[in-house]
Amino acid sequence: MMTNPTGRITQGQFSFLPDLTDEEIGMQVDYGLKKGYAWSVEYTDDPHPRNTYWEMYGMPMFDLEDAAGVLMEMNNCRKTFPNHYIRLMAFDSTRNVETIAMSFIVNRPKNEPGYGLVRQEVNGRSLRYTVHSYATDKPESERYSG
Amino acid sequence: MNTPVDEGVIKDQKKRYSAGVLKYRQMGYWDGDYVPKDTDVLCLFRITPQEGVDPIEAAAAVAGESSTATWTVVWTDRLTACDSYRAKAYKVEPVPGTPGQFMAWVAYDLILFEEGSIANMTASLIGNVFSFKPLKAARLEDIRIPVAYVKTFKGPPTGLVVERERLDKFGRPLLGATTKPKLGLSGRNYGRVVYEGLKGGLDFMKDDENINSQPFMHWRDRFLYVMDAVNKASAATGEVKGSYLNVTAGTMEEMYRRAEFAKELGSIIVMVDLVIGYTAIQSMAEWCRANDMLMHMHRAGHGTYTRQKNHGVSFRVIAKWLRLAGCDHLHTGTAVGKLEGDPLTVQGYYNVCRDSVTKVDYSRGMYFEQDWADLKKVMPVASGGIHAGQMHQLIDLFGDDVVLQFGGGTIGHPAGIQAGAVANRVALECMVKARNEGKDIANEGPEILRKAAQSCTPLKQALDTWGDISFNYAPTDTSDFAATPSVA
Repeated sequence: MMTNPTGRITQGQFSFLPDLTDEEIGMQVDYGLKKGYAWSVEYTDDPHPRNTYWEMYGMPMFDLEDAAGVLMEMNNCRKTFPNHYIRLMAFDSTRNVETIAMSFIVNRPKNEPGYGLVRQEVNGRSLRYTVHSYATDKPESERYSG
Repeated sequence: MNTPVDEGVIKDQKKRYSAGVLKYRQMGYWDGDYVPKDTDVLCLFRITPQEGVDPIEAAAAVAGESSTATWTVVWTDRLTACDSYRAKAYKVEPVPGTPGQFMAWVAYDLILFEEGSIANMTASLIGNVFSFKPLKAARLEDIRIPVAYVKTFKGPPTGLVVERERLDKFGRPLLGATTKPKLGLSGRNYGRVVYEGLKGGLDFMKDDENINSQPFMHWRDRFLYVMDAVNKASAATGEVKGSYLNVTAGTMEEMYRRAEFAKELGSIIVMVDLVIGYTAIQSMAEWCRANDMLMHMHRAGHGTYTRQKNHGVSFRVIAKWLRLAGCDHLHTGTAVGKLEGDPLTVQGYYNVCRDSVTKVDYSRGMYFEQDWADLKKVMPVASGGIHAGQMHQLIDLFGDDVVLQFGGGTIGHPAGIQAGAVANRVALECMVKARNEGKDIANEGPEILRKAAQSCTPLKQALDTWGDISFNYAPTDTSDFAATPSVA
């Protein structure tokens, strides 16, 4: 259990709200589709703030008409990785944007141990900091398994 | 010696260059038929001529004094291709509903300017001309910088797109707060405020404009404690966090020294004040580009020349110069908070920061189309007397690409700083979610906040404390071309 006010990792657009239902997730996906975004499902067992590249659960979905396809992929990913972090990401290809336009977590492990801060004393009073994920003390396939 | 005569441009070269004083319009600084070139710098001045001064002559004088003219004829003009160096006033119109004031359009050939130098551009455009006696007052309202000139500037060191990628934060405004009290905290106490705010849910904390290195807190102490707070909060939340370390100092050498230390400690962002000047800003932008650093710009001092409509420089022009000079964050007003700003005019500043092409829009004070030539975008910052109860108005006015800074609205929360941060973050996330679901947040916002507050005590406390606070004064800097109600 993490000690921040939510008790969990607060990445993504909606981590401070109660978990979104599938219906609510569908409404967010529809909002993105109306704007022309491509949705992608990604998962990881190492949600370090600097771990940019979560695993892709398939490629981004282009040219979708409605949210059903995204929700199906999301739920397949949940079945395969029930104890991983899973996020939905929307890509905007507009010139001068060309980046991620939305991103929010849709699945979490039951227990989120969070991170420790490792301080290395260096010159004078300066410190070097390392954010260390407790879960990564275990090998990839065994994190969050109990 | 000849005396000024009431006629147009003098074509006879001998007469034109005989020693003496001519009217500016006779010297070639007025050309009502001039068609601006795509490569010209275009300026719109609001001028208030002295009694009895003809507005066209006043406009020509502005063009003259901001380019090649001096008060008398000089024969040395004839050694140059002088016509191309003369700025040309090409249109004058009375300001609607404001007797005595006129809008004057002036075009400048590209050859007048040095590439990549805001100092050079401003020395011409807002140099002598603003002290010129025949004008009671002058204001640079807007500017069009041609693409050819835009491309000589490097612009924001990082830009708002890459900033979001580095922060891993998308699809919502960023949240910040200025550490308070702005003066007097020791380094250790200061870092406490930073830690509580960031752990509670803010993305950024901020040094205030006048926190540098005073007797109560040496800058190195501040940087050391703040970075411990930032890293600890990052570990506690799993998010990238930052605190704008103000490196403003008396010399460039000292600013570089402070910025280097910020980098050594792992800060993702440094901050400077507008009062360091354009050349120093461009130099700090260079440093930030070379060191993967975001650069936050606090517009300290701008109100001395941007606020009054009859004299000075509009902030939309300052914002254009700063996007070219290069900063990643720029304070651009709140419309609903404690500081000056009519909502449409303020939206105009936001557009300048974020547009790929800024369209003509009189109601927002945009008199020219400005093609930014794919120059990186600046993240606007709304800061000053705003609170969670205004979340719907802020998101409705400014959209997602903005840093919303609730200083008092976080630190002054009755249940503490973390609770204040939670209130702001929950208000933000519930409003973004509702907007995306298709709700009309401008009207349903208060209801959406109240509903979210049912399961979030800190938000309820914030709404109970500040829900009715507004700063509803008539703004002074408004558009002349649209009704501009204040936001209630």
